Amino acid sequence: MSKIFTPAALLGFALFGAASIAFAEPVTYDLPEETAVLKPGPGLETARSNCLACHSADYVAMQPPKRGKAFWDGEVTKMIKTYGAPITEADAKVIADYLAQTY
Amino acid sequence: MGVLNRRELLKHTSVAAAAVGSAGISGPLEALAAEKIELPFGNGERELVRYPQKRPLIQMTARPPQLETPFTVFNEGVITSSDAFFVRYHLADIPLRIDPEKFRVDVKGKVTTPLSLSLQDLKTSFEPIEIVAVNQCSGNSRGFFEPRVAGGQLANGAMGNARWRGVPLKAVLDKAGVMPGAKQVTFNGLDGPVMPETPDFVKALDLDHARDGEVMIAYAMNGADLPHLNGYPVRLVVPGYYGTYWVKHLNEITVIDAIYDGFWMKSAYRIPNNACACTPPGQAPAATVPINRFDVRSFITNLQEGASVKANADTPVKGIAFDGGYGITDVLLSSDSGKTWTQTNLGQDLGKYSFREWQTTVRLPPGSHNLSVRAINRIGQSQPIEPLWNPAGYMRNVVETVRIRAA
Repeated sequence: MSKIFTPAALLGFALFGAASIAFAEPVTYDLPEETAVLKPGPGLETARSNCLACHSADYVAMQPPKRGKAFWDGEVTKMIKTYGAPITEADAKVIADYLAQTY
Repeated sequence: MGVLNRRELLKHTSVAAAAVGSAGISGPLEALAAEKIELPFGNGERELVRYPQKRPLIQMTARPPQLETPFTVFNEGVITSSDAFFVRYHLADIPLRIDPEKFRVDVKGKVTTPLSLSLQDLKTSFEPIEIVAVNQCSGNSRGFFEPRVAGGQLANGAMGNARWRGVPLKAVLDKAGVMPGAKQVTFNGLDGPVMPETPDFVKALDLDHARDGEVMIAYAMNGADLPHLNGYPVRLVVPGYYGTYWVKHLNEITVIDAIYDGFWMKSAYRIPNNACACTPPGQAPAATVPINRFDVRSFITNLQEGASVKANADTPVKGIAFDGGYGITDVLLSSDSGKTWTQTNLGQDLGKYSFREWQTTVRLPPGSHNLSVRAINRIGQSQPIEPLWNPAGYMRNVVETVRIRAA
């Protein structure tokens, strides 16, 4: 990080720092790229096309391991009932089976 | 001018260089090289990822971003660096472009004079206050629950202690004029859901709490603008209360004459309505209330699990303790698995909402030793020896133990 503390940068900071309130610019933020992917397994495509619309795959990967069907049924139901995920009943079953088997 | 803040530097140098478009906050190239860390529970493998304005942090999730502070950070000082402060979002439509000139906080609902306050208004039209306060996620340490529960699987790093500067919410509400019959105040930020059917993240406080003079609309953290992911340009600070109430990118304050019944108050962030906020493992509570004040916690920060120290020599042990705002009065250390406890020395008092440092020395014979720490607050609340359980995995505050070896 030290490489950006050049004299020119410091001068720029000093000059513009004083005027920052009056001339504040819109601030944009660049998120790092998402790298996590869902594990391969039967039903992967259904899970990918439904789940990843709202959240990254690490939401799934970090959950406690090997919790079985009831746990994942509960999670999929929560996504549909609580968070309004538009998942069909047939897809919900495929996804819960995939999660229970794969995670 | 103080220490250079990286975000400020990037912002201002890019303005100086380009003078067009927006001031971008981008990460350096090292962000691409992922280092891994293993949290001590099942499926605890995480990447350390460097986000703009942040040092490498434990990435729990990428979308929306949820970042945990590596525990060694808490040994660096009583104030948690802004670049190491944890990040927690609920919904993935987070604001990635904010114009501080156009940003407004609207105050509306049951008020006589609705307000639309600019950042400039907040900074110049009100008397600022500063409070050092801990922010801690309700689910901090959830990964250690046994039996395990669903949710964000955090170790102990979803907490931090910062010096917040801003406007007392009371002053803003007084200026707007709260109408008779008002009961609660709700808070909404710029972040929102991906699907319109997903409940927006809105939180509520009782009117008396909102007007206690300490609940704050904060525009600065540790002497600089809030980092983007910690709620730039303003967030709610609710000293002593769990982070769920500390709404980020706060832009909507609504006074209501009812008890708010939105999802994030009525259904989520509820704890068992009993003294321990706990249930027998695996059981649902009979009745719940909204989560509220922190319980008492304490940590050893200078010795990690498995550390080796010199036998029969003075060994410094230090750490932090905090509670929900009564203030820590005693921190006790045991080096014999909890059989005997000795008083430690408390560090500087930065206020009742702050981390309180403590330190002592121990002399240990050769062998393996369990060092345990337990804090007590001004009203006598302390920490359980055995962990308490609840279905949502909130409020863990068991006595923490570090196993070390003297040789």
